[in-house]
Amino acid sequence: MMEAIIAGLGGLVIGFKMLFVNWQSLIMLGVGGVLLWLGIKKDCEPLLLVPIGFGCILVNIPMSDVMLKDGFIRTIYDAGIDTELFPLLIFIGIGAMTDFGPVLAQPYTFLLGAAGQFGIFLTLMLALFLGFPKLDAVSIGIIGACDGPTAIYVTSKYAPHLLGAVAVAAYSYMSLVPVIQPPIMKALTTEKEKKTVMKFTAKPVSKTTKLLFPLVITIVGGCIAPKGLPLLATIMLGNLMKESGVVARLAGAAENEIANVVTLFLGLCIGATMAGPAFIRAETLIILGLGFLAICLDTVCGVLFGKLLYIITGGKINPLIGSAGISAFPMAARVVAKVGMQYNKKNYLLMHAMGANAGGQIGSVIAAAVMLSVLAGMGVIR
Amino acid sequence: MAIDVIAPMPGTIKEIIVKAGDAVKEDEELVILEAMKMENPIVAPSNGTVKEIKVKEGDKVNTSQVLVVLG
Repeated sequence: MMEAIIAGLGGLVIGFKMLFVNWQSLIMLGVGGVLLWLGIKKDCEPLLLVPIGFGCILVNIPMSDVMLKDGFIRTIYDAGIDTELFPLLIFIGIGAMTDFGPVLAQPYTFLLGAAGQFGIFLTLMLALFLGFPKLDAVSIGIIGACDGPTAIYVTSKYAPHLLGAVAVAAYSYMSLVPVIQPPIMKALTTEKEKKTVMKFTAKPVSKTTKLLFPLVITIVGGCIAPKGLPLLATIMLGNLMKESGVVARLAGAAENEIANVVTLFLGLCIGATMAGPAFIRAETLIILGLGFLAICLDTVCGVLFGKLLYIITGGKINPLIGSAGISAFPMAARVVAKVGMQYNKKNYLLMHAMGANAGGQIGSVIAAAVMLSVLAGMGVIR
Repeated sequence: MAIDVIAPMPGTIKEIIVKAGDAVKEDEELVILEAMKMENPIVAPSNGTVKEIKVKEGDKVNTSQVLVVLG
């Protein structure tokens, strides 16, 4: 009887013993704590980092069965990540939140949104050069889209074993845009370029244009890059609902209730992919490094393209707005406005940067769609 | 000579920092204009005195709408 009681009590402490056997899980419990600290104390993407941090802790508790067959997070993962459903549902919400007016009012800013995607392709090439398998390299390069749902969509589909590292890199660097971008913007532009004043004179965009835009992008983009149609279609569906004005309840649900519930599940699932033995590898550090590089390269390419426009237009376009051609919306545009004001308080670049930023949002989705379709054409993916 | 300080973009007047009669210097903040959920300080284009404030807090304004007149 006594032996049975001792054995039973031993069962209660075995988890603590295993904690010190499996050192990777112990470290990841600390990483989970740091993610929670960043979200709660530093207000760094809290909507994502809090569930990610908690999911990370859950999966690293010794003998945790949350990610085993029929475990509660595994069930959510299979339903929403394995099927690629969660990022697509988030995209409907993003479409419902985004006003593409600034880019439609200033169509040239769309070019900046395209230039800001070069980091994806440069990082993809670098990852291939470093010896990553093709599909892993695609998933790493996509961090340069600076767009969490796009990165998760592509990675969950083609390199699910990298999901934790890619998602954490994508969301961490997105929140660090105000820190990462300004030094690059300042280093690449001259004093005169930084002080270039841009007046906002664009006329309001008609409702018809705003309604046609999501339809045209979906049809044309879908024909060019059918592999990326789900990404394009969901963001444009959300936007069509917003602009139509007749389904305010659906648009509201997409950007609030649905997005909130999916964000919670998505965060938990990403955190739960960060099991110590699978996450603590040199590969993870390389992925984090390449992801950082991808976002730096996006900024470099965007600003350099801005400089080209500055030359072509005879100094009418401030090259700083080029750095907003990424998907971190509207954070990247605000960074441009703030940096512009540091050099000339009478220079209001916000609306121009918003155009580039909205262009970057579409650009990142199109870049991902194009990349997937090219890979399908090459027979790398099915 | 009167100088019109105009809204550089559409938005909502979040805060009016100065009042009529105030002497202001170039680059001094006059009004905070909220656009795209960002607070944008609208500054004096040159030294002067606030002659008239044409908007009030909470007003929605369009691009080029006069916000403040400096004398």
